[in-house]
Amino acid sequence: MHNPQLNRDGELIHLLSIEGLPKAILTQILDTAASFMEVSSREVKKVPLLRGKSVFNLFFENSTRTRTTFEIAAKRLSADVINLDINKSSTAKGETLLDTIDNLCAMDANLFVVRHASSGAPYLIADHLRRIGRNDIHVVNAGDGRHAHPTQGLLDMYTIRHYKQDFTQLRVAIVGDILHSRVARSDIHALTTLGVPEVRAIGPETLLPKHLDKLGVQVFHDMEEGLKDCDVVIMLRLQNERMNGALLPSAGEYFRHYGLTPQKLALAKPDAVVMHPGPMNRGVEIHSAVADGPQAVILPQVTFGIAVRMAVMSIVAGNS
Amino acid sequence: MQIEIKNGRLIDPKNTVDRENTSLFIAHGKIAGVGSAPAGFVADEVIDASGCIVCPGLIDLAARLNSIEAELAAAVAGGVTSVVVPPDADPPLDEPELADRLVHRGEEIGKARVLPLGALTLGLKGERLAELAGLKKAGCVAFSQASKPVIDTEALLRAMEYAATFGYAVWLQPQDHWLAKNGIAHEGEVASRLGLAGIPVAAETIAIATFVQLVRDTGCRLHLTRLSSAAGVALLKQAQGEGLPISFDVGIHHLLLTDNDIGYFNPHARFTPPLRTQGDRTALSQAAAAGLAAICSDHTPVGADDKLLPFGEAKPGATGLELLLPLTLKWAEAAGIPLSTALARITCDPAAVLGLDAGHLAPGAAADVCVFDPETTWIVTSEALKSRGKNTPWQGYPLAGKVLATVVGGKRVY
Repeated sequence: MHNPQLNRDGELIHLLSIEGLPKAILTQILDTAASFMEVSSREVKKVPLLRGKSVFNLFFENSTRTRTTFEIAAKRLSADVINLDINKSSTAKGETLLDTIDNLCAMDANLFVVRHASSGAPYLIADHLRRIGRNDIHVVNAGDGRHAHPTQGLLDMYTIRHYKQDFTQLRVAIVGDILHSRVARSDIHALTTLGVPEVRAIGPETLLPKHLDKLGVQVFHDMEEGLKDCDVVIMLRLQNERMNGALLPSAGEYFRHYGLTPQKLALAKPDAVVMHPGPMNRGVEIHSAVADGPQAVILPQVTFGIAVRMAVMSIVAGNS
Repeated sequence: MQIEIKNGRLIDPKNTVDRENTSLFIAHGKIAGVGSAPAGFVADEVIDASGCIVCPGLIDLAARLNSIEAELAAAVAGGVTSVVVPPDADPPLDEPELADRLVHRGEEIGKARVLPLGALTLGLKGERLAELAGLKKAGCVAFSQASKPVIDTEALLRAMEYAATFGYAVWLQPQDHWLAKNGIAHEGEVASRLGLAGIPVAAETIAIATFVQLVRDTGCRLHLTRLSSAAGVALLKQAQGEGLPISFDVGIHHLLLTDNDIGYFNPHARFTPPLRTQGDRTALSQAAAAGLAAICSDHTPVGADDKLLPFGEAKPGATGLELLLPLTLKWAEAAGIPLSTALARITCDPAAVLGLDAGHLAPGAAADVCVFDPETTWIVTSEALKSRGKNTPWQGYPLAGKVLATVVGGKRVY
C-alpha cells in the first residue's frame, strides 16, 4: 500500500503519522530542527523559507498550546498564518469536513495544520487533496483522535537526542493512559524507528491498548518494576473524564499507583530525564517535586517543539 | 410468456444438477422442463446461454432498499431474484401497513421479490413487541432487530416466547450492546495501531451465549445474522450440534476482507459487525464452505457524503446486490470451493433459512433464474452499478462474473 505521506521519490509531502516513515526522514527533521534552534536565539527570529505562503491552522478540536507553537513556528518561517477554530457548531450547520477544505483550497492555502477528534481525519484530507489534484497543498497532523501526534513525537525525539545523544543505548518508559494517547503512539513508532532497544509501556490494563507488544513495546503494570534503570520517562496526561469511572476508580488511587513521585523516579537511572507533553495534572500523574525538579525537561520540550514544527513545515513545503 | 434458456451449463445445487448444454423451459411462471421441452412448448423468447451458467436466482438474506426502484433494478442486474429487507428502514418496519406498502411497491416495480423482515419491537427500541401476527399477514417472513439490540434480556425472552407461540422465526445480530456501543473496529492490533476504539470478540460471543440459552428455554427458531468471529462460529457449531433450531449467515465482505484492509482509515472497510482478523475470516470461510452458514450481501447503500468522513464518523456498510455473485465466485475460487457449492450458499441455503420452497429449478418450482457468464470480467465503478449505493471497497477492481439475464416468476426482468 502506498504511504500517502511520501511522494514517488520517497520525500515527505505530508506529515500524518510517524509510522511508516524511514529513519532517514526522522533524522532529517531532527537535524533541520537543530539548525532552526539558532534562529530562535536571534534578535530577528525569522527566516524567509515560507515567505508568501499561507499556513492554515485548522483546529476542529480545541488546543491553545499546540496551535500557538505551530503559529509561532510558521511565523518564524515568514508564512502568513490563519487560525480557524472550527467548533462543533459549524459542522452542525451541515458543512462537511471536505467542504471546509474545498473552501480553504479556493483561498490559496499552502499548508494545513490539522487537529481533529477523529482518528484518520488528516488522511482523509490528504487523500482528498490528491484526488482534486492539489499536490501543492500540504497537510501536517497536529493530533487526530487517539491515532497520532507526530510533531509531538518528533519534539520528544529531539529532546531525547539533545539530552542522551545516542538512541541505540536507551531504555525509555511511557507511563499512563496509553489507550487514548496519540502522543504515546507517535512516541512508540519514533522510538522503535530510531533504534531504541527497549520501549516500555506502564499502566493499568484499562488504559493499555490490546496487542501493544506487536508494536515492539514491553508492557508493565507495576510502575516500580517498569521504571527500573530507565534513561527516559515520558509521562502522559490523564484526561479528567477518565479519572472516575469504569477505567479508574479515582485520581487518588491512580496517583498512588502510576503517579511519578521522587521516590519512584529514584528507581530510574540517576541521570534519567522526565518528559510530559503537557498540560500536566499535578498530583494526578506527576508530583510537583518531579515536575519542577532537576530531571524534568518539560519546558525545554516546548522550546524544541517550535524548531521541530519549523523543520516539518519547511520540509513538506519544499517537496511536491 | 414462455422462455427457453438454451446451451447453458445448468447448475441447480439443491437438486444436485450440474450439466453442460442443458435447456431450461419456463412456462406460466414456473419451471416447465429441464433438458427436454414439455409437450407443445413454444418459446416466446429464447435466451442463448452459451458459455454461461444457468442457476436459480439468488436469494439475498439482507438488502436495504433505501430507494426501492433503483435497488430492485440493482438486484436483478446482480442476478438476485429475492431480497430480504431488514426492518431498520426509516421509519422502521414495525406496523403491518408499512410492510403491506413495501410488499405492494415491490410487486408494482416487478423486479426482484421483496421479503420484508418485520421489526420485533416497536421502533426497534427493544421494549414493546410489535404486532407480529399483523406483520406476518402483511408479508413479513420473520422478525428482526436488524443491528439494533434488545438491551433488556427479559424483553428478549418474552419476544422469543411470543414468536415461538406462533412458530415465527426471529433474526438477531449478535452484538452485545455495551461492548459494541463505542467501538468502530475489531479490537486488535490494527485498531490499537490506528487509534480506533475497539469492539472485542466477546461482544459477539456473549450475545450468542445469551441467545442460545434463550432458544433452549423457549424453543424459538433463531437465525443469527452476520457472524464475524471464529469464536462465534465455534459456539454456533456447538449449539447446532445440540440440535437447537439455530441457523446463521455471513456477509460476503467478511469472507474476503479483514481488519488489515482498513489500511489508512479506508471508510469503505467499516462494517457492522467489524471486519476481524485473518483467523476469523478463515473460520467464517470454513463454516460457509461446510454449509453451516448462508452468504448474503448485507447490501447497505450509503451516500458519498456519509462515507467521505473520518473512519469513525463514516456510516458502516457497503453496496452489495450487484457484487454478491462475483464476490461469491471470487471467494469460491480463492478458497477452492466447487462452483455448485458456492452457488448453494446464495440460492437454496438462504431459501432453507427462510423455510421457503425456493432457490432451485425442479419442474414446478417458481421460475426465478439467473444466467451469468463466469468468465467475463468487469471493473467495479460508480457508473457500472445500478444501485444508488456506490460505496464499495472494490471500487476500481476487476471482478469475474457478469449477469446476462434474470428471470423472476417466469418473466425476464433483466
